[in-house]
Amino acid sequence: MADNSKDNNAYWAANVRIILISLAIWALVSFGFGIILRPMLMGIEVGGSDLGFWFAQQGSILVFLALIFFYAWRMNKLDAEHGVEE
Amino acid sequence: MDQYTLNLLVVGASFALYIGIAIWARAGSTAEFYAAGQGVPPVMNGMATAADWMSAASFISMAGIIALAPAGGYTQSSFLMGWTGGYVLLALLLAPYLRKFGKFTVPEFVGDRFYSKGARLVAVICLIVISVTYVIGQMRGVGVTFARFLEVSTDTGLYIGAAIVFAYAVFGGMKGITYTQVAQYCVLIIAYTIPAIFISLQMTGNFLPQLGLFGTYAPSGGDVAFLTKLDQVVVELGFTQYTSHTTSTLNMVFFTMSLMIGTAGLPHVIIRFFTVPKVADARWSAGWALVFIALLYTVAPAVGSMARMNLSTTFWPNAVAGEALAGDPISLEAINTDPNLSWINTWKNTGLLAFEDKNGDGFIQYYNDKSPAMEAIAAERGWTGNELTKVDNDMMVLANPEIAKLPGWVIALVAAGGLAAALSTAAGLLLAISSAVSHDLIKGSINPNISEKGELLAARISMGFAIVLATWLGLNPPGFAAQVVALAFGLAAATIFPVLMMGIFSKRINKEGAIAGMLVGLFSTAIYIFLYLGWFFIPGTNTLENVPANWLFGISPASFGTVGAILNFGTAYIVSGMTKEPPREIQDLVESIRVPKGAGAATGH
Repeated sequence: MADNSKDNNAYWAANVRIILISLAIWALVSFGFGIILRPMLMGIEVGGSDLGFWFAQQGSILVFLALIFFYAWRMNKLDAEHGVEE
Repeated sequence: MDQYTLNLLVVGASFALYIGIAIWARAGSTAEFYAAGQGVPPVMNGMATAADWMSAASFISMAGIIALAPAGGYTQSSFLMGWTGGYVLLALLLAPYLRKFGKFTVPEFVGDRFYSKGARLVAVICLIVISVTYVIGQMRGVGVTFARFLEVSTDTGLYIGAAIVFAYAVFGGMKGITYTQVAQYCVLIIAYTIPAIFISLQMTGNFLPQLGLFGTYAPSGGDVAFLTKLDQVVVELGFTQYTSHTTSTLNMVFFTMSLMIGTAGLPHVIIRFFTVPKVADARWSAGWALVFIALLYTVAPAVGSMARMNLSTTFWPNAVAGEALAGDPISLEAINTDPNLSWINTWKNTGLLAFEDKNGDGFIQYYNDKSPAMEAIAAERGWTGNELTKVDNDMMVLANPEIAKLPGWVIALVAAGGLAAALSTAAGLLLAISSAVSHDLIKGSINPNISEKGELLAARISMGFAIVLATWLGLNPPGFAAQVVALAFGLAAATIFPVLMMGIFSKRINKEGAIAGMLVGLFSTAIYIFLYLGWFFIPGTNTLENVPANWLFGISPASFGTVGAILNFGTAYIVSGMTKEPPREIQDLVESIRVPKGAGAATGH
């Protein structure tokens, strides 16, 4: 039982780490590239506008998708590694 | 066959499909009624979630909101990022753990995790306020769509819509709703993308609207980028540049965040993740939901900007090849005689579009008469104001097939799509309301010994009541429907999302902290919104005028959910720190929901 909860703690710590990395990317593409950092990306042209505009109207949504599927895949692996999968 | 018959046939066929599914998927137990028996595959649940989520606002209004924004289309990117980014939060922070917890409703989790009937009750109140305000807009959407395409009054349309929802939601519960939503998703996404593909082809030569948006403008020969051309045309007419950032950055960040955490905190979306068999499925399901949502959300900015271009070049034919003002605007004669322009009068009849030849010169000048730059031009040319006096946001999507000269069945499909979007969201909301009443109030507090059969009956009766209430509110909507939706998102962001997240990620937050946090989030957000939009949305009772100069740090009422959430988190931490930590068994409960193993079937106890 003690071992079990120790391993569960390791599993949870790994999960939180993956979540933090994913959320950093989530914030970077939307609030970062899409809004706050847009003036810095003005120089990079994308079809009649700039990279910031693309991220705000298309790119961030695509990155969100990639993030969720990455998380689901990574967590399934983590579940198996720690033997907590269903 | 005339357009009316065609609309009737297509809409009728889609309704027959929904009713057929309802009969096939009747709910026989509370597990089926509340959570579709936990047997919904992730891809299907993703589709149902997408239909549940995408409302009349997403389908009918969003493209127009982006296209016609006075501050430019870029500033409305908040909706695109906010209403999709919330799914990342759902997938990473809420859905898997709530599925592991394995109960039927959001308040039930709050009540168990914070070992308090009081906390559960506060959550029920938040849920009902959020869902009821949200459902008003859906019922209106059903009525308006019916009125437009089937030539009945808005009220009659509302009754028909309510009867259809009643048929499949009361008998089918979550099971019936889920499979109907899958069908509704298919109808609405086909209806949305077909016109978009044709318009993108005409406008940019690219059949993918997502690429067309960043492609070249085809009608002038394809030597200029579409967005560059759009910026040029709208600026020439005195409007704000389409792609530029013209509003407060802080407010845009807070608004986007409010929509994101509001999305993640909407009870009718969260309960969709209770229907899948396993924790891993809840994660995949969130991904699939976003795939299906992104299909519409990446197309919407293209639909919006292309409709804006179409509108501008229709009224200024010279804008296609050169400068808009170098040629004459559209003439009244052309509007009345050119068959290609017949849609202008069609939509004028619906009241969504209005024009008036103010200076009596036989032409309709469409420009921004509030722009100082246009004053000299207007004076020189004898214009006395913008003559395209009204273009409703909703027209952009609804009129698209006619503007692009697509066949009648596409128009009928758009009608069916608009109804599918509104009905599917309404059904999801009604289920969230009825399960909160029958499961959290009746079984949870009033009569805990109620039998399975009795609870199922109670669930159906409360669903019936919820539909009657929603119909009544749809017939008598409070002041401003749009502002009411701001309240729903703000409250979801400030109450439900923080309490769920803290319940999962902290073992230290106790019942005192959770209740205090929810109340602070609820009242701070509601009061801030009421200050500017009127107390309880009664027009004219607002304390301060709703203009940016009056906003606290420039944060608009619609963006305040983020602040409410921060206050909720802060209060909960401080109050919990000053009071006793949660009992051992609650800390064990938190440990157990963090690990997928052993989720099994959900239980009602």
